[in-house]
Amino acid sequence: MSRLEIDNVTFRDHGPYSLEICGRQCLGLQGASGSGKTLLLRAIADLDPHGGSLRLGSMLCSEVPAPLWRKSVALLPAESSWWQDTVEGHFHDFSSLSAGLLKQLGFDFEVGSWQISRLSTGEKQRLAILRVLENRPGALLLDEPTASLDAANITKVEQLLLEYGRKNNAPLLWVSHDPEQLDRVADRSLFMHENGELTTLGGEDGC
Amino acid sequence: MGVKPLSPLDLSLAATLVLLLGILSWRLRLGLEKRLAISALRTTVQLLFIGQVLRVLFSNASFLFVFAISMVMLIVAGREVVVRQHRRIRGFQGWLLGTGSMFVSSFAVAIFALAVIIANDPWYTPQYAIPLLGMLLGNTMNGIALSMDRMTEALWQQRQIVEQRLLLGQTSREAIHEIRQQAMRFGMIPIINAMAAAGLVSLPGMMTGQILGGSSPMDAVKYQILIMFLICAGTGFGVITAITLTSRKLFDDRDRLRLEVLEKS
Repeated sequence: MSRLEIDNVTFRDHGPYSLEICGRQCLGLQGASGSGKTLLLRAIADLDPHGGSLRLGSMLCSEVPAPLWRKSVALLPAESSWWQDTVEGHFHDFSSLSAGLLKQLGFDFEVGSWQISRLSTGEKQRLAILRVLENRPGALLLDEPTASLDAANITKVEQLLLEYGRKNNAPLLWVSHDPEQLDRVADRSLFMHENGELTTLGGEDGC
Repeated sequence: MGVKPLSPLDLSLAATLVLLLGILSWRLRLGLEKRLAISALRTTVQLLFIGQVLRVLFSNASFLFVFAISMVMLIVAGREVVVRQHRRIRGFQGWLLGTGSMFVSSFAVAIFALAVIIANDPWYTPQYAIPLLGMLLGNTMNGIALSMDRMTEALWQQRQIVEQRLLLGQTSREAIHEIRQQAMRFGMIPIINAMAAAGLVSLPGMMTGQILGGSSPMDAVKYQILIMFLICAGTGFGVITAITLTSRKLFDDRDRLRLEVLEKS
């Protein structure tokens, strides 16, 4: 149902890329730095101009307003940005978040009033995950989601993201530098070479 | 009562003050003497030239002549707006954007003031039209240049934040709301401050000129109030137009930030 279809997507001198990720499925993506993994995620989130077509379930990217597409196909950038003074200023309604979700990431409701300037990089990253999930996206594009976390939190976040995908029938595209992480989380993996070419590393293609 | 004319000797005496400052700058190695000389010379030549132009203009007040001079003023002001940007919108469009905003606001306000408020016959009487438009253009030019510079610089500095907000599903308008607000305020602050301090801290230049020229203080004050209001409205409308057009130019129809339309000057 909510399958993410990337059809002949091109950007700058990259592509065309054609990928399909089914609901609940996690596609791993690794590769040389500078090969264009982040650019691919940005193109899929429609944040950079691109050719080809993108579809999530029955929603065609070019037929819906860009903000709606980005809410549905959410990109979690490697480095999160914050612009208000406190944590809760970045949420639509911090008090209506699920207490379980907060706890799973090691927080309680008090974190809402914390000053952004006093957060550690790891705390920011976990809160960024909370923030992106508040939009209830139908698909997740994850750019090194655990790069700034310690071992205990890496496990928690991996579980939480996979669980979100399973519960919401959401496809996940997971970029990581850590092949072991992709072995743990991904159903299949791709490798992006320096020239931007993709090769399959393992796992079955299709749904 | 007319103004007491100044002789070339009077001006030479004033010039010796600048000369003394130049010598002092040279002794103190401030390195300002060359720029001081050039700009003092420019002031003299430019003002003498414009004096001749105005003399001819006042003696034959044709609409076409007034219109042509206002266009020259507009084009020069437009160039000035572009030059003052640290990061400006590439090419002709960048010039057109600032100039267009100035044209819309300054000319609309000036024509309204000349035709409706002052209501001379003819309404474009150059003794009123040219100084009024000059003051309006000068001030809107400042406001627009300041706010556009602030806007493009803030977007450049905060591009990561803006894109983060876009990624969370905000529209381009929502994502730059604070930046727009700050840029508009930045452009409006000089005139708001000038209105607040007028008369208490400084006597505005035009009023001073009118009083020197023999007008009664109350007449001069009324004109000054009129000018302040016109400048305020002109700057405000101009800044809002310029910032709105700039923010449209910096995003495409898919709400993507397109900083590549900017070039560093």
